[in-house]
Amino acid sequence: MLNDLSLKDLTRNTPALIASVLLLLLAATALIGPSLAPYDPLAMDLDNLRQPPGKAHLFGTDSKGRDILSRVIYGSRISLAVGIIASALSLGIGIFFGLIAGYFGGRIDAVLSQAFDVFLAFPSLLLAIGISAVMPAGLASAMLAITLVSWAGFARLVRGITLSLKEHTYVEASRALGASPARILYRHILPNALPLILVAGSLRVGGFILLEAALSFLGLGVQPPTPTWGSMISLNRSYINSAPWMVIFPGLAISVTVISFNILGDFLRDKLDPRMRVQ
Amino acid sequence: MALYIFKRVLLFIPTLFGITLITFFLMHSLPGDPVTSMVGERASPETVARIRAELGHDKSLIRQYAGYLKLISSGELGRSLYTQQRVADDLVQKFPNTVRLALAAMLFASSLGIGLGVFAAVKRGTSWDRLVTLLSVGGISIPVFWLGLALMLVFALYLRWLPPSGMGGGGLMYIVMPAATLGTFSLSYITRVTRSSMLETLSQPYVAAARAKGLSEMSVVFKHALKNSLIPIVTLIGLDLGSYLNGAVLTETIFGWDGLGRYALDGILKRDYPVIMGVVLFGAVVFVTMNLLVDISYHFLDPRVRIKGEA
Repeated sequence: MLNDLSLKDLTRNTPALIASVLLLLLAATALIGPSLAPYDPLAMDLDNLRQPPGKAHLFGTDSKGRDILSRVIYGSRISLAVGIIASALSLGIGIFFGLIAGYFGGRIDAVLSQAFDVFLAFPSLLLAIGISAVMPAGLASAMLAITLVSWAGFARLVRGITLSLKEHTYVEASRALGASPARILYRHILPNALPLILVAGSLRVGGFILLEAALSFLGLGVQPPTPTWGSMISLNRSYINSAPWMVIFPGLAISVTVISFNILGDFLRDKLDPRMRVQ
Repeated sequence: MALYIFKRVLLFIPTLFGITLITFFLMHSLPGDPVTSMVGERASPETVARIRAELGHDKSLIRQYAGYLKLISSGELGRSLYTQQRVADDLVQKFPNTVRLALAAMLFASSLGIGLGVFAAVKRGTSWDRLVTLLSVGGISIPVFWLGLALMLVFALYLRWLPPSGMGGGGLMYIVMPAATLGTFSLSYITRVTRSSMLETLSQPYVAAARAKGLSEMSVVFKHALKNSLIPIVTLIGLDLGSYLNGAVLTETIFGWDGLGRYALDGILKRDYPVIMGVVLFGAVVFVTMNLLVDISYHFLDPRVRIKGEA
């Protein structure tokens, strides 16, 4: 199924093409950020407090005279890192438990499914708040919180896919030949489940970036003075009337990034998973 | 029927235990004594003694968990470390405000979402359709807290049509922006699902038959197609209740709405752990209870679900 995806499909779908270009630019920005940013994101300039967007400061400056463009550029590193790492971790954990629950069934499945349900029983942001509140605030705790609230959704999906795949004759044949469960899961079930899993994963990256932004906004993510998009909005929101650019630009950065991930996720779903297609 | 409800409620019990197990472990992973993290050091000696009797350091983890269950089932969620108020009392007092906001948001999201979805389905393939689709991607991608600030900037500070924040003693104008902010995420999903459900129904033979009979397009779309497209839409509205609790934390913070969400934020800012844990536990219990009620009410409403469930 993955082979069906070609670059041609992408160039024919204008929104998906624009989204991919934006995401490539964003990834490049995050990678070479330090040499791209016009100013030091932490340098305060007391002569230039709350400057509106202009030639010297393209996005203006904040209440401590820091350059907002530079801070948005540095913030992209945290958003992308958290989005991608949290997706990878929660997919990994979800795949592991989902495969086991779906393949072995019986009591193992009952216990694991109950655990998935418990994690899914929490409104995600509330559980993330609870987890990050008991840990020292920072990058690692934000990632861990997002992973812990997200893995169960993937696990339930993988369990469902495994349940249907294990009925196929090739799995039965492999079992008859004496293959171990680990080998069947790794060689036969996982490769066939992968396209669906990747679609689900790609549809969630945007949500993870939003969740990180929300935690930062609430003061539970990466701590100041390190700039993150969410904390820039929260620290500057009292200036919304007099200096709206301090809030507008980081918010635009989050929105454009998440919209791009979501458009690309929809595109992948339409290409790879005809069952989930929204007509 | 009664059997189904019984089974469904039975399944609910292990979930409740699981939720309390997680909140118990969260509380336990706080630095220091679990008693302190539930009521603080300044609580009245009787309260401290009562909590210590259940959660004391000298007991095994399992006995502590049993004690924790005993405490929360008697309504003891701890005391705020700052105000010394019972967290359970605060929650009960603030919850109605969140419910009011969530109901307004749900009304906004379902009416506008179904309207936009039907419109996009009828205009399938046109620029209107693409515009609605793009807006609905935007609606799930824009951060709630930023959307709230942007609405506030435009409608309260520039246009001065609506009050910027507060609850205004229940005035209708005060709820408009918070409800729109909180409802946008759900609005986008409802729009998408309505559109695809309508497209499927509109391609059915009985719709063609209705058209062939010479019924007006309005009657075909609303009386025949929409009525038969509603089940997935109503399912979505029911299952999406959790997103309102998530969004409420952010929306209430922005608009100074005195509900659970702002209470949680105050707790976060002051590291008032009993308050944070109280909201997390309460939110989860509300969420699973709502899901249970939604499930059971389907059973009453939709004969197809009923037959499948009993087969």
